[in-house]
Amino acid sequence: MGRITLDKVTKRFGDVEVIPPLDLTIEDGEFVVFVGPSGCGKSTLLRLIAGLEDVSGGQIRIDSKDATDLPPAKRGLAMVFQSYALYPHMSVRKNIAFPLKMAKMDQAEIDRRVDNAAKVLNLDSYIDRRPGQLSGGQRQRVAIGRAIVREPSAFLFDEPLSNLDAALRVGMRLEISELHERLKTTMVYVTHDQVEAMTMADKIVVLQAGVIEQVGSPLELYHTPRNKFVAGFIGSPKMNFIEGETAAQHGAHTIGIRPEHLTASATEGLWKGTVSVSEHLGSDTFLHVHDTGLAESMTVRVGGEFPVRHGDTVYLTPEADKIHRFDEKGLRIA
Amino acid sequence: MARTVTTRQKALNTTLAWAIGLLIFFPILWTILTSFKTEGQAISDPPIFLFFDWTLENYAIVQERSDYLRFLTNSVIIAVGSTLLGIVVAVPAAWSMAFVPSKRTKDILMWMLSTKMLPAVGVLYPIYLLFIKLGLLDNRWGLVVVLMLINLPIIVWMLYTYFKEIPGEILEAARMDGATLREEILYILTPMAVPGIASTILLNVILAWNEAFWTLNLTAAKAAPLTAFIASYSSPEGLFYAKLSAASTMAIAPILIMGWFSQKQLVRGLTFGAVK
Repeated sequence: MGRITLDKVTKRFGDVEVIPPLDLTIEDGEFVVFVGPSGCGKSTLLRLIAGLEDVSGGQIRIDSKDATDLPPAKRGLAMVFQSYALYPHMSVRKNIAFPLKMAKMDQAEIDRRVDNAAKVLNLDSYIDRRPGQLSGGQRQRVAIGRAIVREPSAFLFDEPLSNLDAALRVGMRLEISELHERLKTTMVYVTHDQVEAMTMADKIVVLQAGVIEQVGSPLELYHTPRNKFVAGFIGSPKMNFIEGETAAQHGAHTIGIRPEHLTASATEGLWKGTVSVSEHLGSDTFLHVHDTGLAESMTVRVGGEFPVRHGDTVYLTPEADKIHRFDEKGLRIA
Repeated sequence: MARTVTTRQKALNTTLAWAIGLLIFFPILWTILTSFKTEGQAISDPPIFLFFDWTLENYAIVQERSDYLRFLTNSVIIAVGSTLLGIVVAVPAAWSMAFVPSKRTKDILMWMLSTKMLPAVGVLYPIYLLFIKLGLLDNRWGLVVVLMLINLPIIVWMLYTYFKEIPGEILEAARMDGATLREEILYILTPMAVPGIASTILLNVILAWNEAFWTLNLTAAKAAPLTAFIASYSSPEGLFYAKLSAASTMAIAPILIMGWFSQKQLVRGLTFGAVK
């Protein structure tokens, strides 16, 4: 089991309140991603759950037991760190066995579990090497191996992929998702990368300055962002925001339209602009359009190839039912 | 552009380095040479550098007159004992300062260092009285404790700098893995800091070995280490230079040999963290 409940949890460093009272429930077996810009308190929140930081107020419950004052080891959680945090003086085998050794498990059981984890994560071929002799991806796998052997009630991941190169990151992302499918254990995952959040999460928690902006499934957040911040943070490229008269026509202070919900044409459309940069990805073309009189720059996603160059005139038309409306406080107008 | 160093500059630097090295080493060399001279040649004017009648007579006399092995044993016990005791005390202290620092940590470190600036003789009286009260005068274990305390600031400082280099996340990982504080220090921190701890031990054994003020003042016969052994050969009239030199050579030989064999470790430890 791995149900984690945060009840009015606060964290202060000296006089600075990094996390104002916060409530959150993570259900058993859920894959929850904390996402937000750097400094939003997502890592601090994870460390509070882990017990590596003490809460300044409120209560943390794990499986309905009060864990607020429990040391990390007693919480039954396993953590994977950004820097992997492997023990450099121990072989891969000893690294993975370490938590079991600390739990005073007998050697036969330790061997069985380590071998099993090694097989699951394809670590067999370098089980006797030291971490220093491994590549980044291999190290990450060892760190995950060290977490799974304990059969914890939940896994905590602190930006585990940010030290890997782009190709490896996609691979590991899939592996972690598969691991979650297989183990069905609660996972709490911190990242600043909204693509990771969207692709992996059952539930995303968007944070800004220690405050939860919205909690929901990836598609809920995509389709019905509660405010401008979430609307701008979720989705890539970023949502276009338009203020002023055009927004007023829609009865809003600000309207938002995602790049993929705009159509571009060289001949006709609602809004006229000039192409500043066009990025050709093959599968898609991203146009950055200036001089629309709406916003400084508008981004448009066009499927396939779209043959325009810098300086060309282009017409944009939004899909009427995909326009998001926000009031002057930035909150969504239903 | 890469900096270019001409051959002439290199040669100049090398010569200068050797000159300084020899200058520092010369008194030791002179002591060793003198130990092989007769008493007459030892004080001859002008001094004789190499061309004298080499003799082992002084060593024989010194060996006959005093029990070198007893002094040596005391030196080893005091130097090694005080260092190991210091490590046991300093590891947890340095751990807490490096990984759970408070606002006052820097002040405490500076305060500890400041005790090294106090002239030792300033606390001789109180410590001497304490030793009398506790019956520790001329006792090896008493000296182990005093020398441990004298060198503790250096040990803590050195370990603190080495521990600072160890990423905190690794210790946090150990905590998540269920290690108690003791297991965290024993299984993770200490093995990772081995190079640093080793050079701390080496340096402090050398410091404790050479310490003369406390060893001379707090010992008489039973617990006297090699420093006292040397001192027993110095006479106010300066008549026995050769024997004094022989005694000195015998006293510094063990530590000189140890230093020679561990110089790589020592240098590596002292520059640990300077280059990543």
